[in-house]
Amino acid sequence: MTDLPDIEPLLTTLTERVAALAEAEGPARCTLVGIHQGGAWLAQALQQRLGWQEAPGTLDIAFYRDDLARGGLPGAVRPSKMPLDIDDRVIILVDDILYTGRTIRAALNEIFDYGRPAAVRLAVLLERPGRQLPIAADIVAAPIDLAPGQRVKLRGPDPLHLVIEEASP
Amino acid sequence: MSVQLNERGELRHFLTTEGLDPRLLTRILDTAESFAGVIGKSVKTVPLLRGRTVVNLFFESSTRTRTTFELAAKRLSADVLNIAVDTTTTKGESLLDMLRNLQAMQADMFVIRHDQSGAAEYFARHVNPGVAVLNAGDGWHAHPTQAMLDAYTIRQHKGAFEPLRIAIVGDIRHSRVARSQIHALNGLGAGEVRVIAPNTLLPADVDTLGTHVYNDLEAGLRDVDVVIALRLQHERMQGALLPGESEYFRHYGLTESRLRAAHPEAIVMHPGPINRGVEIDSELADGPRSVILDQVTNGIAIRMAVMTMVLGVQPDNPREAS
Repeated sequence: MTDLPDIEPLLTTLTERVAALAEAEGPARCTLVGIHQGGAWLAQALQQRLGWQEAPGTLDIAFYRDDLARGGLPGAVRPSKMPLDIDDRVIILVDDILYTGRTIRAALNEIFDYGRPAAVRLAVLLERPGRQLPIAADIVAAPIDLAPGQRVKLRGPDPLHLVIEEASP
Repeated sequence: MSVQLNERGELRHFLTTEGLDPRLLTRILDTAESFAGVIGKSVKTVPLLRGRTVVNLFFESSTRTRTTFELAAKRLSADVLNIAVDTTTTKGESLLDMLRNLQAMQADMFVIRHDQSGAAEYFARHVNPGVAVLNAGDGWHAHPTQAMLDAYTIRQHKGAFEPLRIAIVGDIRHSRVARSQIHALNGLGAGEVRVIAPNTLLPADVDTLGTHVYNDLEAGLRDVDVVIALRLQHERMQGALLPGESEYFRHYGLTESRLRAAHPEAIVMHPGPINRGVEIDSELADGPRSVILDQVTNGIAIRMAVMTMVLGVQPDNPREAS
């Protein structure tokens, strides 16, 4: 069984790196956007730790998935909430795990249906190998390598914690 | 097993609200609610049905219903074909030949309106695996998406169904809308569903529908939370089922003063198009109690939900080449 890292140091690392990125981009231009569900919890935590006023946007990418014919929509699709105007802003897209890259591809497509941001930066808590698309994160709090058949999930929102699940055979 | 469900109890087609599991009915409403957020974007489409082809087959004309199905399909990024059915059928082509030809063009979904009850189910039984059929109204039988958009509008304004008293007023006998509404609202657990009509406009099997029957409008409206006025078809007048439009309005037309018997916050609905001064007074139709325009808006989200659900299920068998 793979050992899980502690969540608190990961959150501290993620916050520091997002703060540095925002400083380089100009904090007033930056908007946090979390991908449901883990990414939305993380974006909320980041907003509090950074002391930003603006509530983060949230995306549920269910309508942008590329596998509808493989099993339909998930049970509950939460409406996406985005700031009214994202044109020329720097979107800091937040997710819990970066794995195949398909979720990020769907999120990028959805973001561009709201407007044309100046840039999209990707911040993730954990990154594991297995990319199926040419997508890379700008910020990673920690890498993780799992055994075949395992997956890692962020649970929350209070407290946020990581779990490893065995994929059903 | 119902032709509209697959072995796992998921929607393969959407033909009727009768007998549907409450969880499935609620799932349709919840999915529609998710789609309501789509119209907040600058690009009001999602790519869920990109590359899919939806064919509107309207054997009976209805500009508004066809338009909302078309708009729903386009919001899902599907390609939409509107077939001039009359032209095709007058060339002597049978319905099944038409269906096979459209399937050969790789249609993924048929939206069918027909004046014969059971027409949509007939199509559903003959389409290829993986092709879906939506009933946009068949004869006196069913109009399930209209019923679900009405249920969605009720939930939007009133919340839970259990405490609600809901009255349906008008030509229950010839109304596929009323029949589908009654099945959907009972399935969703509405506290009490009433029908209010003269005996000539009540169906013979009204006792089996799970409704409370009233001939008197004011008695039927007492303490209700929702009032749904049905459209009165002009041919019912000619069919000697009613003495005339003004006579009908005098006994069954909804007005502000008649609605005083209802709950003070009762809402008023109508599936449209409205015969003003026949089923409902203009002042009431345009007043603060009316949610008629919400029904129109919600119709798009409900149709998006159903289209996604029927095309999101695994076909029972791999799709065959036509």
